[in-house]
Amino acid sequence: MTIDLPVIWAAIIGFGVFLYVMLDGFDLGIGLIFPFFDREGERQVMLNTVAPVWDGNETWMVLGGASLYAVFPVAYSVLLPATYLPIVAMLCGLIFRGVAFEIRAKARRTQHLWDLAFIGGSGVATFAQGVILGTLLQGVTVRDGKFAGGAFDWFTPFNLFTGIGLLVTYATLGCGWLLMKTEGELRRRMGVLMRPLTLVLGATVGIVSLWTVLGQPAVAMRWFSRPNLYFFLPVPLLVLACLAGILVSLRRGADRTPFLLTLAILFLGYTGLIISIFPNIVPPSLDIWTASAPRSSQLFTLVGAAIVIPIILAYTALAYWVFRGKVRADDPGYH
Amino acid sequence: MNVPDTALLLARWQFAFTVSFHIIFPAISIGLASYLAVLEGLWLRTGKLVYKELFFFWSKIFAVGFAMGVVSGVVMSYQFGTNWSGFSAVAGSVTGPLLTFEVMTAFFLEAGFLGIMLFGWTKVGPRAHFFATLMVATGTLISTFWILSSNSWMQTPQGHAIVNGKVVPVDWFKIVFNPSFPYRLVHMSLAAFIVAALLVGACAAWHLLRDRKGPGIRKSFSMALWMLLLVVPIQIAVGDAHGLNTREYQPAKIAAIEGIWETEKGGTALNLVGWPDMQAETTRYAWQIPHLGSLVLTHSWDGEVRGLKTFAPEDRPNSTIVFWSFRIMVGMGLLMLLLATLGLALRRNGRLYESRWFQRFALYMGPTGLVALLAGWVTTEAGRQPWVVYGVLRTRDAVSAINVQQVGTSLMIFVMVYFLVFGTGIYYMLKLMAKGPDLPRDEADATAPDTGHGHERFDHRPMSRPTEPIDE
Repeated sequence: MTIDLPVIWAAIIGFGVFLYVMLDGFDLGIGLIFPFFDREGERQVMLNTVAPVWDGNETWMVLGGASLYAVFPVAYSVLLPATYLPIVAMLCGLIFRGVAFEIRAKARRTQHLWDLAFIGGSGVATFAQGVILGTLLQGVTVRDGKFAGGAFDWFTPFNLFTGIGLLVTYATLGCGWLLMKTEGELRRRMGVLMRPLTLVLGATVGIVSLWTVLGQPAVAMRWFSRPNLYFFLPVPLLVLACLAGILVSLRRGADRTPFLLTLAILFLGYTGLIISIFPNIVPPSLDIWTASAPRSSQLFTLVGAAIVIPIILAYTALAYWVFRGKVRADDPGYH
Repeated sequence: MNVPDTALLLARWQFAFTVSFHIIFPAISIGLASYLAVLEGLWLRTGKLVYKELFFFWSKIFAVGFAMGVVSGVVMSYQFGTNWSGFSAVAGSVTGPLLTFEVMTAFFLEAGFLGIMLFGWTKVGPRAHFFATLMVATGTLISTFWILSSNSWMQTPQGHAIVNGKVVPVDWFKIVFNPSFPYRLVHMSLAAFIVAALLVGACAAWHLLRDRKGPGIRKSFSMALWMLLLVVPIQIAVGDAHGLNTREYQPAKIAAIEGIWETEKGGTALNLVGWPDMQAETTRYAWQIPHLGSLVLTHSWDGEVRGLKTFAPEDRPNSTIVFWSFRIMVGMGLLMLLLATLGLALRRNGRLYESRWFQRFALYMGPTGLVALLAGWVTTEAGRQPWVVYGVLRTRDAVSAINVQQVGTSLMIFVMVYFLVFGTGIYYMLKLMAKGPDLPRDEADATAPDTGHGHERFDHRPMSRPTEPIDE
């Protein structure tokens, strides 16, 4: 029996993308709720909560992009032209955001401009990621293993809505993170903001799920045919439970629970996505075996990944452990 | 695939633009990382404060360059998919794993030790700190290793088979260590060292011209000139060897670089200057030196060099471009040699820190390392045309099914964003250089805590290293 490398790689990349969405999700979210907070002290505290770990978060995207290119080059060469302009927008957003992150603390007179670049960059990058997600969910026209659609195929009401949906998701994650990492007045205001965000998030998840099922018979088939229904039914039920959990824990003044439950919702949504499309990597017609690089490429890259990914995981975990706990406004010594 | 010529051209422009902007930052950080390791090593060994002062100063500029390099690099890898999906689909099975290995080996080494190098002065001992600096420098060189391996494979591919029109890797050792790889790796690494040495020298010259002649300034001026004196001649020798290798594996590139159209018997002349005309198949206004072409390219009096006409018109690189980009690179190299030699002569006379014309020369030479580097990239990349993977995949077949509006719009967006964002970064680096090194600070000051307001310190981002405000 030979090992099914494409399945292993699909699992690795799936895991990497989830870690990226989870980790960069909350720090992009900070940019999204930036406008609601005061420029002088609060915004810097918000940035301080992610400063030591932010680079590592972004690394998962680089690793995910590079591995996708290495082991599923066909998927890469179909997906990127299909979402050309959203990809360009995302990259520009991330450039602005990354540089603003660095330069904000160096700027005095122009600090408000760098704040604007940070907010705008986070917004554009998130929205573009949401549109890309929607495109993937809706399917891409492929002929002879090449992208055969138009330049604006991604520009559909559904995809624009998933863009907004991801903005809501990341904003909620960011808010939950800050609820966990800050204290005093800042924390209190995060608690106030978290409630409406949670409700909007619940509505968004519901709309995207319904829209997907109604719009795509193939996806509907997979979810509602028996016995699949019994296996998959817990997914939406758990989402509802998590939403309720967030609201209850907010009332009790919990620190960590809202963030962890938001992560759980993200995980469930991601699971739903995988249930809907697997084993396709670019629905509706490109599966992981067709999209694969030759076995020699996947094996060669796997040797490196098997050594490096555990190290990165340990390193990431260590960074989060070292910088655990609350961040204070007048906190010079926490690092 | 029917992609209009304009779209293909715009996609090529976009790649050229983004890669040119990107390469500036890694070149600076590769060179400076090694310089920092040398400075810290010297400081540990001699205990002289001047090395520490210089380490602190140049680590700020390194930090800004590093941050810019990472951000601009992300764009590059995504372009393989957006504009060059044919390339990804056909050759991604080779270039993809090499790129992934770069991310996996270099990226994490740098990321892991950068924090300690920039902010770990009081947290770890001096030896551990030096180890971190060495690891960062090694990381930049490992990065160079993989990227140059990938690029060299595209120039001189081997170790693969073609199955159903796609590249299938067969022997990874042969792929990584392809015929032109050693030359390119050494040539590029030395280029990065030269880039850094010229910047360090120009920065010192700028301060010397303003009568700031502190020990830090003088030491860095002297070190930069020693470095150039050592490395520039080696670089010229490596370039020569690289030329012989190119003649063997990419003869059309050599013919285009030299503007040679006919294969001449009994020795080829060298076109010193001239204007290669692709339509008329001749090099106009050529100033020739008999036999020099054979001498340079084959190391013999009458060695034969294939002319461009022996290649089908659709297989010829654009001679007009590479003829001149090559001459710009060589011209800059000769000026660097002149700078280093004059520096040695003045040093003998003891006038190195007094001679204002020489300092002005060194100042103007500051950017020439980057100019030569970019001209070298244009020569090697444009010289590979019309192939993207030499003899395997044509550039025309590598491009995505993009339309003119799409690629044109994104090109405009990239141009605006790059000038705005990376322009700011370059401005900040120049501003830091213009301010010059401080007197050695004591360690408590060097690691003072930061709340992040304005000019105060904020200590775990690469760009927290410089403390100067950007807009005052």
